[in-house]
Amino acid sequence: MHAIEIRALSKDYAVGFWKKKLRPALKSLDLTVETGEAFGFLGPNGAGKTTTLKLLMGIIFPTSGSATILGKDYLDPEIKRKIGFLPEQPYFYDYLSAPELLDYYARLSGVPATTRKQRIGDLLARVGLSDVGSKQLRKFSKGMLQRVGIAQAIIHDPEVIFLDEPMSGLDPVGRHEVRELIQNLKDEGKTIFFSTHILSDAEALCDRVAVVYKGELRGVGVVNDFRSSVAEKTEVIWLGANALSSVKDLLAEPHVTGETVRGTMQSADLDRLLERLRQQHARLISVTPIHRTLEDYFLAKTREEEKESVSS
Amino acid sequence: MTSRLSAITWNTFREAVRDRVLYNLVLFVLLLVASAPLFSQISIGLEKLMLVNVGLTSISLFGVIIAIFLGIGMVSKEIEKKTLYTILSRPVRRWEFIAGKYLGLLLTLVVNAALMTVGFYAALLIFVHSLGRADALLLVAVYFIVLQFMMMVALTLLFSTFSSPIFSAIFAFALFVIGTFGEDLKNFAAMSQGATKWLATGAAYVLPNFASLNVIGQVAHEQGVSAHLVFFNTVYALLYSVAITAAAVLIFERRNLK
Amino acid sequence: MNRNTKVTFICGALVVALMAGSMVCRSHAEKIQGDQATLQEVLYLPSGKTVKRLSLGYSSLLADIYWTRAVQYFGSRHIRSAEHYELLDPLLQITTDLDPQLIVAYENGSIFLSQQIPEGAGQPDKAVALIEKGIRANPLYWRLYFNLGFIHYMDRHDYKAAQQAFEKGSEVPGALAWMKVMAARMAEKGNDPSTATYLWKTIFDTTTDNNIKDSAAKHLLSLRADSDMDQLEQLTRAYYERMHTYPETWLDLVRAGLLRGIPTDPTGAPYKLRLDGTVQVEDSKQFPFLERHKK
Repeated sequence: MHAIEIRALSKDYAVGFWKKKLRPALKSLDLTVETGEAFGFLGPNGAGKTTTLKLLMGIIFPTSGSATILGKDYLDPEIKRKIGFLPEQPYFYDYLSAPELLDYYARLSGVPATTRKQRIGDLLARVGLSDVGSKQLRKFSKGMLQRVGIAQAIIHDPEVIFLDEPMSGLDPVGRHEVRELIQNLKDEGKTIFFSTHILSDAEALCDRVAVVYKGELRGVGVVNDFRSSVAEKTEVIWLGANALSSVKDLLAEPHVTGETVRGTMQSADLDRLLERLRQQHARLISVTPIHRTLEDYFLAKTREEEKESVSS
Repeated sequence: MTSRLSAITWNTFREAVRDRVLYNLVLFVLLLVASAPLFSQISIGLEKLMLVNVGLTSISLFGVIIAIFLGIGMVSKEIEKKTLYTILSRPVRRWEFIAGKYLGLLLTLVVNAALMTVGFYAALLIFVHSLGRADALLLVAVYFIVLQFMMMVALTLLFSTFSSPIFSAIFAFALFVIGTFGEDLKNFAAMSQGATKWLATGAAYVLPNFASLNVIGQVAHEQGVSAHLVFFNTVYALLYSVAITAAAVLIFERRNLK
Repeated sequence: MNRNTKVTFICGALVVALMAGSMVCRSHAEKIQGDQATLQEVLYLPSGKTVKRLSLGYSSLLADIYWTRAVQYFGSRHIRSAEHYELLDPLLQITTDLDPQLIVAYENGSIFLSQQIPEGAGQPDKAVALIEKGIRANPLYWRLYFNLGFIHYMDRHDYKAAQQAFEKGSEVPGALAWMKVMAARMAEKGNDPSTATYLWKTIFDTTTDNNIKDSAAKHLLSLRADSDMDQLEQLTRAYYERMHTYPETWLDLVRAGLLRGIPTDPTGAPYKLRLDGTVQVEDSKQFPFLERHKK
C-alpha cells in the first residue's frame, strides 16, 4: 500500500469574462509516495504545487483523476484523522490562544479528551512555544505562527504529513529547528510530503523529489543519486589577471575582481589549466570540484519544453 | 460528529464574544436609560408603552444588525484567512462546518438577547415599580424575536457561502426590510394579475415574513398572543431556517474554495 | 464526484420540502395574525404627521403600503359580508396623511366607507370628512366634488348638500359640463331613480376598483329592475281596472294586449307575477339593492 497515490489528477480553471477559456493549473499528475518517505515536491512559483495540495485536501475539486491516501479515497473524511496539513503562510483565529487553538483542532481531529491536554503541552514544547501561555494568536509573529501551524498539523499524531512551504517566514534559527523537527518526524516513521521552492531544504531532508513546472510533472529523482555523481566541472580561483588570456579557451564565463580571477571549467581540462597558470606565475587560491546538484536537475527539468521520461 | 459540531459551535461563539460583540449591550442599556426620561416628556400615561416599544424594538434591531455583521464574514473570512484549509484537512464534513457556524452565531444572538431582556426587565421594574402577569407576555415577544434571528442567521450564512461580505450585507439587510413588510408584499401580489401575480406570490412566499413574528404592538398594549400563533410561527421559523441552511450547505459542498 | 451528487440531491430535496412546509405554516400563522399586528397598530399610531416624520422621507411608499392594506382589509371583509369595518377609516386617514395627493384613496376609500353595511362600512359622515380632506389637499381635482355629491345624495339623502357639492365642483376650471347639470337635477328632483342611475353609471365607468365596479353594476341592475317592475305594476293595475281581477300569468296580459311577450329582468330571468298584482324578481340575490319591490 502506498502512502499517497495520485492518478491522472488534473485541474482546469475557467477564466475570462465569460468563463469560457480553460487555464490548466495541473495536467494529469501521476505520482506515488511510499510510507516512511520524505518526499519533496519542487517547482517554481505558480507551477501547481499548492494546487496539488489543495486538491488532495479536498479544498478544491479536480477536473478529472483520482488519488488515494493510505489506500483509501482521498476525500474520505475518516482518512483525514491520519493526515496533517500545514498551509502556506498560515493564519489562525485571532482571539484564541495557542493551547486553545490546538485543543480545538485536536477535538476536530478526534483526539480523545484524556490525551488532549498532555499532548498539547508536549507539542508546544516541541515546537518551542512552551512559554506563550494565554497570549492571543493575533499577537504572534510570523515565525511563531509557523510553529503553531506545524503543531496543529501533528497534534493528532498523523501518519502522513503535508507541508506547504514549511520554512517560509522563518529566520535561520527557526529554519534549523523546523528542519530538525521534520527529520525527527521522519525518524518516527511518518511519511512527509512537502512542497517548496527552496532546493537546499529538499536536498537535506528528502529521499525523493518531484519537479513540477507549468502544471506538469517534469521528473522524479532520488536525492542520493545527485550527491554521489562524479563532478563534471571544477571551479578555480587564482591571483594574476594577466594569466587569463592563456587559459581563456578552457574557462567558461570568467569573473575578474581586481587581480582575482574565478572561473568554471570541465574537470578533464584541469591539469592543462594548472600547467598554463604555473607558467604564467599565477598564484592558486582554490580548486573546487562542482558536483551535479539538485539545482542542476531542477533547472534542467524546468527548462525543457517537452516532458521527459521519468527515469532521469 | 456531535463533538465536532459542538466544537465548531462553541468556537464560533467564543470568537464572537472575544471580538467584543457583547459590548453592544452597553449601548442598549445606555439607550434605555437615556430615553426613559424622554418618554414622560413626550406623553403622560404612555411611558410604559413607549418603554416596551423601544426596548423590544431595540432587542430586535440590535440582534439583526449583529446577525448581519457577524454572519457575512462567517464563511468568507475563514476562506480569506485560510483557517478553513486547516479545518477541512481534518475529518470535519463541510456540512458540519456550516451547521456549527449557524449554531454558534445563533447562540451568540440568544445570549445577547437574554442579557438584553434582563436589562429590559430591570428598566421596567425601575419605571413601573412592580411587574404584573401581563409583563410575562413580553417574553413571548422576545421569543418571536429569537425566531426572527433564526431566520436571519440562516439567510446571512447563505449569502456568506458565495458572496463577498459587502454584498452579503446588502442582500441580508434588504431581505430584512422586505421580510418586515412580508404581508404587504403578499397584498401587492394579490392585487396584480396574470404571470406577474404568480411570480410575485411565489417570491412573496420564498422571501421571509417577519410581520407575523412581530407582536411588539400587541404585547405593548397587553393583548394576549394565541397559542396557535406561537405554534405555527415556531414551526415556520424552524422549517424556513433549516431549508435555507440546507441551501447554504448545498452551495458550500460544491464550491471550489479558492 | 459521487459523494457530491448524493449531497446535492439530499440538500436539494431538503430545501424544497422544508420550504414547502414552511409556506404552509406561514399561511396558518398569517391567518391567525390576520388583521392583528400590522393593522391594529393603526389605531395606536399617534398621528399621521408623526408617522410621516418617522417614515424618513419614504412616506410616499408607506402611503402605498397603507393604501394596499386598506384595500385588502376592505376586500377580505367584503367577501365575508362583514358587519364591522372599524379599521378602515384609520387606515385611510394614515394613508392620506402620508400622501395627501393619493387621489385614489379618497375616491375609492370614500365609497368603501359610505355604502351601507355589508356593502361598505356604513359610515357616510366619515366618508364626507375624507373627501373634504382630499378637496383641501387637491383643490383643482374637481372629480372629488362628484364623489362628495354622490355620498350626500346616495347615502345621506341630503339633497341640498349634494347640490352644493356639484355646484362647487362645476366651478373648478376644467370641470365637465354635466357637473352643472347634476347640480340642477339635485335641486329639482330629490330622490329620483334616473339621477341615481346616472350617478351609478358614472361611477361604473370611471372607477378603478373592482369591488366598487361590481357594486355599481349591482346597483344599476337593481335600479333597472325597480323601474321595470314599476311599469309592470302599472300594467297589472290597468288590467285590474279592465277585468276587475288581477292577471294570473303574463300570458293574460299578453292576450289583453298590454304586453308583447314575457317580461324578463336584466339577468334574463322572467319577472314573477303575484296574485295581488305585485311583481317581483325571480332571484332576489341578484338584486340586493331594490328599493321598492323587495321580497
